[in-house]
Amino acid sequence: MLKPVLIEQFKAIAGASNVMDSEADRHCYAYDAAVLQPVVPALVVRPETTEVLGRVVKFCGDNGLPLTVRGSGTNLSGGTIPDPRDGIVVLTNALNRIIEINEDDMYAVVEPGVVTARFAAEVESRGLFYPPDPASLSVSTLGGNVAENAGGLRGLKYGVTKNYVMGVNFFDTTGEKIISGGRTVKCVTGLNLSALMVGSEGTLGVFSEIILKLVPPPAANQAMMVLFDDTAKASQAVADIIANRIVPCTLEFLDNFTIRTVEDYAKAGLPVDAQALLLIEVDGHPAQVADEAAQVETICKKSGATGVQLARSIEERDKVWAARRAALSALARLRPTTVLEDATVPRSQFPAMIRAVETIAAKYDLLIGSFGHAGDGNLHPTILTDRRDEKEYARVEAAVDEIFEVALGLGGTLSGEHGIGLAKSKWMEKETSRGTILYSRRLKKALDPKNILNPGKILGRE
Amino acid sequence: MADLRELQQLLLDIDDQLATCMRCGMCQAVCPIYAETGREPLVARGKIALLEHLGHDMLRDVDGVKDRLETCLLCGACAANCPSGVKVLDIFIKARAAINTFKGLSPIQKLIFRGMLVHPDRFNALASLGSKFQDLFVKPASEMLGSSCSRIPLEALGGRHFPALAKRPLHADVPRLDTPAGTSGIRVAFFPGCLVDKLFPRVGHAVIKVLKHHGVGIFLPDHQACCGIPALSSGDLRSFNDLLDKNLGCFGRGEFDYLVTPCATCTATIKKFWPVFADSADAGRQAAVAAIAAKTLDINVFLTDILKVRPEGLSSHGRRKVTIHDPCHLKRSFGIAAQPRMVARLNPEVALVEMKDADVCCGCGGSFTLLHYDIAAKLGQHKRDHIVATGADTVATGCPACMLQITDMLSRSGDRVAVRHPVELYAEALE
Ligand SMILES: Cc1cc2nc3c(=O)[nH]c(=O)nc-3n(C[C@H](O)[C@H](O)[C@H](O)COP(=O)(O)OP(=O)(O)OC[C@H]3O[C@@H](n4cnc5c(N)ncnc54)[C@H](O)[C@@H]3O)c2cc1C
Ligand code: SF4
Ligand code: SF4
Repeated sequence: MLKPVLIEQFKAIAGASNVMDSEADRHCYAYDAAVLQPVVPALVVRPETTEVLGRVVKFCGDNGLPLTVRGSGTNLSGGTIPDPRDGIVVLTNALNRIIEINEDDMYAVVEPGVVTARFAAEVESRGLFYPPDPASLSVSTLGGNVAENAGGLRGLKYGVTKNYVMGVNFFDTTGEKIISGGRTVKCVTGLNLSALMVGSEGTLGVFSEIILKLVPPPAANQAMMVLFDDTAKASQAVADIIANRIVPCTLEFLDNFTIRTVEDYAKAGLPVDAQALLLIEVDGHPAQVADEAAQVETICKKSGATGVQLARSIEERDKVWAARRAALSALARLRPTTVLEDATVPRSQFPAMIRAVETIAAKYDLLIGSFGHAGDGNLHPTILTDRRDEKEYARVEAAVDEIFEVALGLGGTLSGEHGIGLAKSKWMEKETSRGTILYSRRLKKALDPKNILNPGKILGRE
Repeated sequence: MADLRELQQLLLDIDDQLATCMRCGMCQAVCPIYAETGREPLVARGKIALLEHLGHDMLRDVDGVKDRLETCLLCGACAANCPSGVKVLDIFIKARAAINTFKGLSPIQKLIFRGMLVHPDRFNALASLGSKFQDLFVKPASEMLGSSCSRIPLEALGGRHFPALAKRPLHADVPRLDTPAGTSGIRVAFFPGCLVDKLFPRVGHAVIKVLKHHGVGIFLPDHQACCGIPALSSGDLRSFNDLLDKNLGCFGRGEFDYLVTPCATCTATIKKFWPVFADSADAGRQAAVAAIAAKTLDINVFLTDILKVRPEGLSSHGRRKVTIHDPCHLKRSFGIAAQPRMVARLNPEVALVEMKDADVCCGCGGSFTLLHYDIAAKLGQHKRDHIVATGADTVATGCPACMLQITDMLSRSGDRVAVRHPVELYAEALE
C-alpha cells in the first residue's frame, strides 16, 4: 500500500483527476497484450504536460518508487506490467501533441503519447511519409514504438522505428531533462543517447519529446499475391527476389493453416490448398515499379509458383492486404488465448524455421499458425490455446522455449520486434553472453541507481 | 443475493466468453468514451479485465466495477473492431444482469421497469398524462426542432433540451392495422418502438404512408410493449422477459413476411438480443423468438433490399442539403450504411453531404445519457459540430434515440438544422 501522504503529493503534482488510486481503476493497468499474470499497480498517474511528467519522474526517483511508463499497453512482452512493490504506472496518452511537422526539412517533433496512425495520417496530409507501420498502429503510441523499436510490414525496404529516430529528449531519475540528437540530418554532438533510448523499454529514461525523420512518399506501388504448393519454393522465391537486387517494400508470408483459417473467417476467396502465400508489394517511381513487378512475377514463376495475381486496382490491392490483416483476427478466434511469437532468423533460414515450427506443433500437440515478414526472416508463430488449461499451457511454454532454441540455433534472435520485457528476459543470456548482461546491468545501475525505471524488464532481476 | 461468491459464480459462468479477450487493446481505437476520457477502465479491454478479476476473486469492489461497466454506450464499436471476435455486448449485458442480481435494482429502476414499462397500458396512460402537463414544467426551446427545456432547473435534467412528448402518440391515431398484402405481394408487421410512438409519431405515420404507397400490407397489433433494451441494459432480465412475452403475444400469431421497425435500437435488440437473452427453458418460446428475430428488418433495408426501391440521379443533385448520421445499432451492429442514404435520396430534392465521423456514436446510448450526461454531452457536441460543419439544413438518422440526442445538442447550440428519419424524407416526397 502506498502511503496516503504520497498519494496526496502525486495529486498535488498532477492534479487530483489525473491520479487513479481506486482498486477498480488500478486493476485496469495491470496487464498488457502479453499472456502473463497481471500485477496491480499501487497508483496510476496521467500527466497532462511534459513538465508534469518530469516532476512525476523526479518524485518517483526521490522516493524510490518503481515506475512503469505506459503508452497504449499493446506490447506483447509484459513491458508495461508494473512492479509488484508499490509500482506506479505513468500514462502518456494525455501527452499527445504533434509539436511540429517540418515539410522543408522533413522531420517532425512529437510528444510520446501521439498515436502512430494519427501521426502517419497527419504526415501524409502534408505530402510526406512516415513508414514504420506496426500492425497495432491504430492504437500504439510513438513513445511505445520507440521504446520497443517497433517494426512493421514495410521493414524490408524502409527499416524499422530506429531508422526514423533523429532525437529523443527524456527525463532521468532525478527529473533532469536530457537532450539528445536533433533536427539535422547529421548530428554527432555527444554520445548517441537517443540510440540508447530506442528499444530501452522504459528502463533507462522517460521520453518527453521525439524527433522523427520523414521521407517523400513513393509515387506508385504494385501489390500481388503469389501461391505456392510448397513452403520451400516460397522461400526460394524470397531469396531469389533479393538476390536479383529487388527490395519490395513488403514481402509477407502466410502458411497453409493460416490461409485456411483466414478463408474460413473472411471468405476472401483464398486458395485453401495453397501451402504458402506470398503477399508482395513493390513501390517507387512508376517505371521502376512496373519493371520490378514484372521481374518479381518471372522470378516467382521460375521458383515454382502455382499462381501470381497482380492487383489491378485499389480495390484489388486492398483485397491483398485484407488477407494479411485478417491473419491474426482469424487465428485469434479459434481458441481463447493467442500467444503471438516473434522468432526471427536470417532470411535464408526462413524455410528451416517454418519447418521447425510445424514439427514443434505436432510434437506438443498444439495449434500453431504461422505468418510473418518473410523478407525480414521474422516469423510470427501464433499459438492458439487456452491459458486456463494448465496441462495444455505447460506444453505451450515448452513449445515456446523450443521455438527460441531453434531460432537461436539458426543464428537468429528471440524477438524481431515485440521486445524482451518480462516474457523473454530469462533467454537474454543464451542469445548474447553473461558479459553482455553484466555490462547492461552496470549501465542500468549507473543511470538508475535505485532501479526504479521499469525494474525487471529486459535484464530480469538480479 | 448478497453473497459475493454467488456473484463470482455468475461471472465464472461467462468466463469462457471473457477469456476470448486477448488484451490486444485494439478497442482503444474506436471506443468513443475512451477517445473522450483516455481511461482504460472505460474501454472494453478494461471492463473485461475488471469482470475477470472480480470473477476470480482478485478484486472485490463490486460498486467500482458496476460503475465502470455502466459507463458505456453499448454502442458495439469495440465488438465490431475486435480481432478476437469477443462478444462484448453479450458479456456486458450478462455481467450487468449478474451484478444486478447481486445488488438489486435501484428503487427508481424498479419503478420504471417493473411498475411502468412492463405494463404497456400504464406506460401509455402515464405518457399521455405527461404530454398534457408538460407545458407546466417545460418551455419550448426551439420551434424548428420542436424541443423544450425545463422551466424549473431540475438537477436530473441538467439543462437538457428534449423533444416534447407528442400531443398525440402514434397509437392514439393508429391503434391497430391489419391490411392484406397489396400490389407488392408482401405483408409486414410494424413495430414502431416506444420512442417513435411517444416522441416521434410522425416517423410512424411516414412508415405507414410509404408502406401503403408500395402496396405492402401492414399488421400493427395494439398493446405492443417496449423491445426491452432499457431493462436489458440495466441487467433486469426479469422485466426483459416479461416484455418479450407481451410482444410474443402480439406478434407470435400474426402472419407476416417481415417485421419492420424504424428504430435501429429496436432492430438490434430484436435480432441480436432477443434470441440470446430469452429465457431458454421453453423450446417453443425460443423457436418463436428466433423466427421473429430472423424476420426483423430495419425499414431502410426493407425498402432498398426487399422492395428494391432505388433513387435516381446523382446524390449531389437537389437543393435540400441533408447529412446522414449512422446509428451504432445499424452501422456497428449490422454494417448498414448505404441503405439509409438511398432512402433519403428517394426524395428528389435531397442532396447528400457527408459529415466527418458519421459513424461515431452521438453519445446517446439509451439510459447512458441520463447517467453520464457530461460525457454524453461532449460526444454529442462533436457530433453537432460535424453536422453544422457540413452546412446541411437537415440531419437524417435511422434511430429515434439518436434523433433525441442530436435534437438536444443542436437545440442547445441554437442551430437551425432539422432532424429527420430518412423514411420521413421519402414520405414527404410522396403524394
Ligand atoms: C494486435 C497487435 C499487433 C502488433 N503488431 C506489431 C507489429 O507489427 N510490429 C511491432 O513491432 N509490434 C507490434 N505489436 C506490439 C506493440 O503494439 C508495439 O510494441 C508497440 O510499439 C507498443 O506501443 P504502445 O504504445 O502500446 O506501448 P506500451 O505497450 O504502452 O509500452 C511499450 C514499452 O514502451 C515503454 N514506453 C512507452 N512510452 C514510453 C516513454 N514515453 N518513455 C519511455 N518508455 C516508454 C513502456 O514502458 C513499455 O516498456 C503488436 C501488438 C498487438 C496487440
Ligand atoms: S479488441 Fe477485443 S480482444 Fe482486443 S482488448 Fe478489446 S475486447 Fe479484448
Ligand atoms: S460498447 Fe461502445 S462505449 Fe462501450 S466499451 Fe464498447 S466501444 Fe466503448
